[in-house]
Amino acid sequence: METQEKTVCGTKTKAKRRMNKISRRENNWRGWLFIGPYALIFTIFILVPVILAVILSFTNFNAIEFPSFVGFLNYITILTNDAEFMKYVLPNTIIYAVVVGIGGYVLSFILAWALCNLTKPVRTIFALILYSPSMTTGVAMTVLWKVIFSGDQFGLLNSWLMELKVITEPVLWLTDARYLLVIVIVIGLWSSMGIGFLSMIAGILNTDATLYEAASIDGITNRFQEMVYITIPQMKPQMLFAAVMAIVGAFQNGMISSMLVGNPSPGYASQLLVNHIEDYGFLRYEMGYAAAISVVLLLIVQLFSKGANTLLTEKNPYGLAKAPKSAKRSVERGDDK
Amino acid sequence: MKGRKINPKSFEIGQLKIILFILPLVIFMGLPIVFIINHAFKPMEELFAFPPTFFVKNATFENFTKLMKFSSNSGIPLSRYLFNSLVVTVITMGLALLLTTMSAFALAKIKFKGRELLTQINQVAIMFVSTAVLIPRYLVVCKLGLIDNVFAHILPLVAMPVALFLVKQFVEQVPDSLLEAAYMDGATDLDIYIKVIMPMIRPAVATAAILVFQQVWTNMETSSYFFSDDSMKTLTFYMNTLVNANNTVAGQGMAAAASLIMFLPNLVLFIILQNKVMNTMANSGIK
Repeated sequence: METQEKTVCGTKTKAKRRMNKISRRENNWRGWLFIGPYALIFTIFILVPVILAVILSFTNFNAIEFPSFVGFLNYITILTNDAEFMKYVLPNTIIYAVVVGIGGYVLSFILAWALCNLTKPVRTIFALILYSPSMTTGVAMTVLWKVIFSGDQFGLLNSWLMELKVITEPVLWLTDARYLLVIVIVIGLWSSMGIGFLSMIAGILNTDATLYEAASIDGITNRFQEMVYITIPQMKPQMLFAAVMAIVGAFQNGMISSMLVGNPSPGYASQLLVNHIEDYGFLRYEMGYAAAISVVLLLIVQLFSKGANTLLTEKNPYGLAKAPKSAKRSVERGDDK
Repeated sequence: MKGRKINPKSFEIGQLKIILFILPLVIFMGLPIVFIINHAFKPMEELFAFPPTFFVKNATFENFTKLMKFSSNSGIPLSRYLFNSLVVTVITMGLALLLTTMSAFALAKIKFKGRELLTQINQVAIMFVSTAVLIPRYLVVCKLGLIDNVFAHILPLVAMPVALFLVKQFVEQVPDSLLEAAYMDGATDLDIYIKVIMPMIRPAVATAAILVFQQVWTNMETSSYFFSDDSMKTLTFYMNTLVNANNTVAGQGMAAAASLIMFLPNLVLFIILQNKVMNTMANSGIK
């Protein structure tokens, strides 16, 4: 009896192993069957353009003649010979990225945390209001802010400030180089509560309830301590996702300036890296040079994301592999609410 | 329950402090939205009132009818642009959601060669700044002969790494035991994808839908760079030229109406789907 059972078991495991082997080989084409179409489009419209940008950045290309190889000339020009870049574009981009990227990130965390301390109906309404600016792009943004910052006394801001006796005559907000960058930053901050902000709310809401009780027994008394010692360590994955979104947003958003005041902006006052690319690529047709700036931009974004990554994962690289509980539960239920 | 202050079930006096603390910011963020809605319904004399008004007093649809009339006089009617936009948005969303969920299933649940690499590539691509590679993209579209072809609106926007990332995170939460049971019963991959995975990841699909919609609906790059035929361009592009070209008195009213038309679909879609979005976001962490 015993031996018989053993052999049965033996064949079973053998068969299972063989099945695994086959399925492993099969898995390859099964996987690629499902991911193939996406991978193809990804390659054509994201990967190839990035590779092309890198290649073009080493050439001189005016969109008509065939590109000619110039080595590192474009990169050298960026560093040594592009007065606008060094004088306006780079400082503007750094200021914008620091204020809107880091400022927006901190702000969205504070707001997310505050919202999570409120009841659900209030939280939902507030979250909707805070998120809606990030949906206001393009036309809506142009019309809205042009009316508010209009340079005559019909502009809302001018009219309000004049009523409050702060100014005596209308300020030309959108043509005065002194105010442009500030305005663009304010609008950038206004629209920065995007998907990263939602991620943070969800992250805070999914923190483990029992930890808060334990902490209160251990003597944590105020909300601030709770936030620093319990909430943040538990939601690092979401913090990282939001950080990446903030970084991308901070470097990608050149729309605001070009929609409000055109490209190039008056006196290059609100010219950002993205605007500079557009300026060279589509207005001056120096596409090789524009490609070099693009590569610099993509590298900067990568670099900052790497930085955020080490900053947020260094202390606890494995402890966060667990998925938030409530989400898992809702998936198991097939719940879609 | 002392100590547990996150996600309270009922109102307490302590919350009032927090509300007062963030209320100014909420108002600052919300006012412009209120303004967009009010502005669109202002009659001419209120648009040019002095001092300028914030809220509308005598709401009217004047601006919207003017917008319709203006475009019907300009050769290509507004309905044509609207049609283009709807077709492009629907096809792009359908295609993007199909491909994204399929790849999310593969990345999360099928163990195949190259899976780790693809996941890594997609994670890096989240940081992709599409405006940065507009020129090479234009060259690719040219080489493929897609200039003035409707697919030039669609294909560049189908692959969205953030959407794939979010959906993949969600598919990973579907228990393996469930899939194994289905495989035992003789289900094929396709069966599992359609009957098991898809019904369970609806919140993630809703989120991806919102992201793709926002990108397609507000996109101007494809119209301005990949199309020379005006009748193939989208509503967003038309609205934008209208707003920028018309600094006339009548243009202001039309611009106000246009801004509301472009903004509202985003808002409505988000309000409808916001519950599902929050559910997806719980899994959005990068590990």
